[in-house]
Formats: sequence, C-alpha cells, structure tokens
Amino acid sequence: MHALDNISLDVTSGESIGIVGETGSGKSTLGKAILEILPPRTEVKGRLVFRGRELGQLDNARIRHIRGEEIALIFQDPMTRLNPLMTIEDHFVETIKAHQRVSRQEALARAEAALASMRVPESRISNYPHEFSGGMRQRIMIALALVLNPSLLVADEPTTSLDVIVEAQILEILEDLKRTYKMSLLLITHNLGIVAEVCDRVAVFYAGKIVEVGTVDDIFTRPIHPYTRLLLQSIIHLDTKELHSIDGAPPDLVSPPTGCRFHPRCPYAQAVCREKIPPLDQFRQDQLAACLFGKDFL
Amino acid sequence: MPRRGSLLAYGLTRLILAFPMLLILLTVVFTVLRIIPGDPIYALYGGRAPLSVIMALRHQLGLDKPYWQQYVTYIVQIFTGNFGVSLGAHYGGQSVIAVIDQKLPATIELSIGSMIVASTIGISVGLISGINRDKVVDVVGRLYGTTIFVIPVFWLGLMLQLLFAVDLRWLPVNSRFDISSSPPATITGLYTIDSLLAGRLDLFIIAIRHLALPCLTLGLVLSGFFAKTVRANLLRTINADYVEAARARGIKERTIMSRYAFKNALIPVITVLGLEFAILFAGAVLTETTFNWDGMGRLLIDSIEVQDYPLIQGTIIVFSFIIVLISILVDILSGVIDPRVRY
Repeated sequence: MHALDNISLDVTSGESIGIVGETGSGKSTLGKAILEILPPRTEVKGRLVFRGRELGQLDNARIRHIRGEEIALIFQDPMTRLNPLMTIEDHFVETIKAHQRVSRQEALARAEAALASMRVPESRISNYPHEFSGGMRQRIMIALALVLNPSLLVADEPTTSLDVIVEAQILEILEDLKRTYKMSLLLITHNLGIVAEVCDRVAVFYAGKIVEVGTVDDIFTRPIHPYTRLLLQSIIHLDTKELHSIDGAPPDLVSPPTGCRFHPRCPYAQAVCREKIPPLDQFRQDQLAACLFGKDFL
Repeated sequence: MPRRGSLLAYGLTRLILAFPMLLILLTVVFTVLRIIPGDPIYALYGGRAPLSVIMALRHQLGLDKPYWQQYVTYIVQIFTGNFGVSLGAHYGGQSVIAVIDQKLPATIELSIGSMIVASTIGISVGLISGINRDKVVDVVGRLYGTTIFVIPVFWLGLMLQLLFAVDLRWLPVNSRFDISSSPPATITGLYTIDSLLAGRLDLFIIAIRHLALPCLTLGLVLSGFFAKTVRANLLRTINADYVEAARARGIKERTIMSRYAFKNALIPVITVLGLEFAILFAGAVLTETTFNWDGMGRLLIDSIEVQDYPLIQGTIIVFSFIIVLISILVDILSGVIDPRVRY
C-alpha cells in the first residue's frame, strides 16, 4: 500500500507550512517519514535533504542525532506519549544527555527553562506524567521537543485531542516560537482555521498526494484545485447558513482510483480525468495544483 | 498518617486489607473441613473404639460444641499461634507447628529454586520472542510456551529423572540430600543457606545437585506462562506511543528497549509472578511426591491419607498465609516500580 506517493516539498528556514487533508490522506506518515521513525518493513523511496545533507545516506547514529536535536516532532495524543514510569525530569535529562555532554544540573536548568517558557510550573518537574492534564502534557511534550533548539519542528495535529481553550493557548505558543526562534514549522492538521492563523504556506493532501501548494493567501482566497475549493466550503463560518460537505469518502489507498485520484468525487470531472494522472503544475507564482483543468479555475 | 497517594500509604493500606483477606481464607478452610465427609476420630480408630472413648475424645477436641463456638476457638487459636496437635499415624502427638516447622524449609527451597528457573527461562524466552516477532525464534518460543505449560508436572519429573539421573547419572534421582553424608546443622532449615553459613561448600554442592531436577521440573512447567505474558506485554510496549515519541527525540535504541519497552512490559509480569506462587504450591505437591521431597506438599498428601485434620488444616493455613504474604509483597513491588499504583 502506498500511504504517500510522489511528495515534493521545500521548507525554507523560518518558514511555516501547513499540511492539510482528510483523515487517512497520509499527513502523519509524512511527519514520521521525515524523522525516519516509520514502522520496520516500511519502504521509503526518495530523497530527504535537510540543510544540505541527504538523510537517507546517513548512518543510524547520525540520524539519531538529527532526531530531537535538529528536527523535533510533537504528536497528536499527549496522553500516551510520555513513559508512565519516568518523571518529567527524567524525560528531559535523558533527552538532553542523548545528544549533548552536559552535567545533570545543566540539563535540569535547561529543562526548567523550557518548561517555564511553556508555562508549566518548574516545581512540577519531579511529577509523573499521569499527574498532569492533557493540555499540560502537550505543553510538556512541546517543551521536550524544543529543549534542544531544533531548526525544524514537525507538529502532527498538536491540538486535535485538546479542548478549544487549551488549543488556543498551544497555537499562541507555536506562533510565538516561530517569531522568537525563527524555527521552521511543519504543521500537520485537518483544521484549516489553524493553518490560516499560523502558517505561511499550505500543502493540500489528498489520498497520499499533494493536490495543491501555495501561500496561505492564495490557497484561501484563490484556490485552484476542486478539492481545495470544496474543502474550503466545508468550513463553518459564522455568516454561512449552509454547510457543504464533499460527497463520497476518501479512497482506499490499497487500490487508489486511476488517473486523478479525486475524480470519483469531483463535480467537474471529465472522461480524461479517469485516465490521465495530473502533474503538479504551476498556475501562479508560488501556487501549484495537480488538476488537468487548473487554468479553468484561475 | 503518611501522605495520601504516597508509596508508604499504599503499602500500609495493602497490609491492613490483608486481614479481612486472611479471615475469609480461614473461614473457607474451616467450612470446607467440616463439610467434607469423614471424621478425624473415626479415621483414627476405624470404628473399633468403644463409644465412651470416642465421646471423651470428641469432648477433648471440642467437636461436641456447636459450630460457631468451634469457629471462634479456631480463629482465636490460630491468631495465638496454636494449630493443635497431630492426630495421625505419622506424627501423632506432635504439635502441628513443630511438624510444619520441619517441613516448610524444604518447600521454600524448592519454590524459590523453581521460581528462579521459571522466571529466568520464561522471561528470556518471552523477550527473545517479542523482539523477533514472527521470525523463526518467535515461533519456536511460542511453541515452547504453549507445550511446556500443558505438560503434567509428574510426567516431566519422571522423564527428567530417567534422563539425567538414571541414564546419564549426572544428578541424584530424588530426596533432599545424599544418604552417605549428613545435612548441615539447622539454622534456617534451607540446606543451601545452612551449608554456606557453616562454610561447607561441599555440602552446598550436594544440596544444589539434589535441588536441580525438582526445581527444573517445576520451573520449566511454570516458565510457559511467563514466556507468554512477557511476549504479549513486550509486543504491546514495543509499539507503544511513548516508544515512538522517545525514538523521535533521538533516544538511543538500547535505552528505549530497556527503560521504555522492557520495564513497562515487566509490570504485569510481577503480578503474574504472584499468581504463579499459588500454582507453584499446587505443583509442589506433585513434584515433592515424584522426587520424594520431604516438604509441605508431601506432608499434605500424607495427612489427607490418614485424615489427620489438625495437620491438614495447619498445612493449608500455612500455604494460605504464604500466598497472602506474597500477594502483598507483589503489590508493594509493583507500587515501587509503577507510580500509578496507589490507593
């Protein structure tokens, strides 16, 4: 099964990119593929270049050092991501010491600073994960991801399992990070609102492929691909009386549709869409879409 | 009062809760012994004694009193350490406590040895299976776990005796010690410990050689359950979210395995360890019979044969006490390892 197919994406320093798509479109697989932590027996083809180094060419020890220290990942479900048998302190010290030769005091000082910046009281550093709420645990996870100052942060649905108030706080933190640390951010989400708020550019995923890439401004105001258009129509606005949904269900990736993968659900589909795979073509400066009839939607 | 949610508070609560548990156990033992058919005095004289003698003896043992009075006396006696006097042919007239005191060390030595064999083999097989999921070693490991678990203890014992003692002559066939030499002076009653305390390495080796086969028999049978539990738990923790998260933080694979996967997988195994002690005692009865091992298991069989009620009762109560004690220890141990285990 191909969870992802022909993905090409550039992230420049300090930029934040939103990856949007429905459940099962391969967004999370992308996040794990970047860190090379996909389950064993997963085949990954392609090139991943990070600061001039091709990650696939590096040995395991080098890759391990990049994970956590240069590229950090935060996950969707903070409740299960911390080892229940270890205190928060142990998590931090272990993570820092896995990458740098520092004393325990030094590591602890950094941990406390990281926690404080996430507004987690330092006094709670000796507590165990089960003694924290979901929102607190996600802040701890973010602090843990940022304690080594990575240059790229991959956030996989960081707020999905949290309530709206905590979600707003976490988003504020992410925006802050982008501004203060000039960190590149890859934000994986199904929530278009979050993308509009936090990101510079957006890549829209459908059935394991990128169907459209562009700046937030272009994608939200001048979308080209029919899927992007329908996705935008399905957001709840305060002034809309009607809520649109996209008919049909995302395709089964074991046997994806031929031609354009969106054609079974596309209201504008023609006969040719069933046969020809649309290339990702440039339609405006910084805006690419994979639709055979893209220019009709300009 | 210790802080709520602390390990000390947990341990104390667990200890206090052991008392109702013990009381229930003692009540069950009392009831069962009075429900099953048979009569200690009839068993003693086979109906040949005159009625006056029987009546006198019944009165002496308190068997003519109503059940509730007998129950109260029984509970009071047990908590004051008085388990009565044996009525049977083997140990007639000796105090039950004294008889058990003689036999208990043999069973403790056998149990500890078997548990060491069972946990070492079981946990290793489980870990190796779990790490190499669906490879050949895993299939072999799973097959081992299932097969060894269903093998009858006495059959395995006999086979090991045939192989190692009769054919190869590497180890003694049975009993706790060589007939030609005398066991070390009793301090703990465990021959291995006593011989070491006496500084006699030669006696220690004899004791170990005698322990080897019975411990291997019982240990192998019990190791199957360990292997299965460890494998299942390891598969769960190896794929746990926190393992993936640790990998994403660049933690060394070796650390991930030991601190994340193994340690978390072993928590349920501690509980299994406690449960296995109960199975172990049942197995000890058969193993001790097979290996002519002079311990509690054989004592129980012998006293059942002659319907020696006080001794049967005493043996069962001591077994129950030990199991209650072990379950407390196991609970406290899992509390030490897992911070979530608190009242």
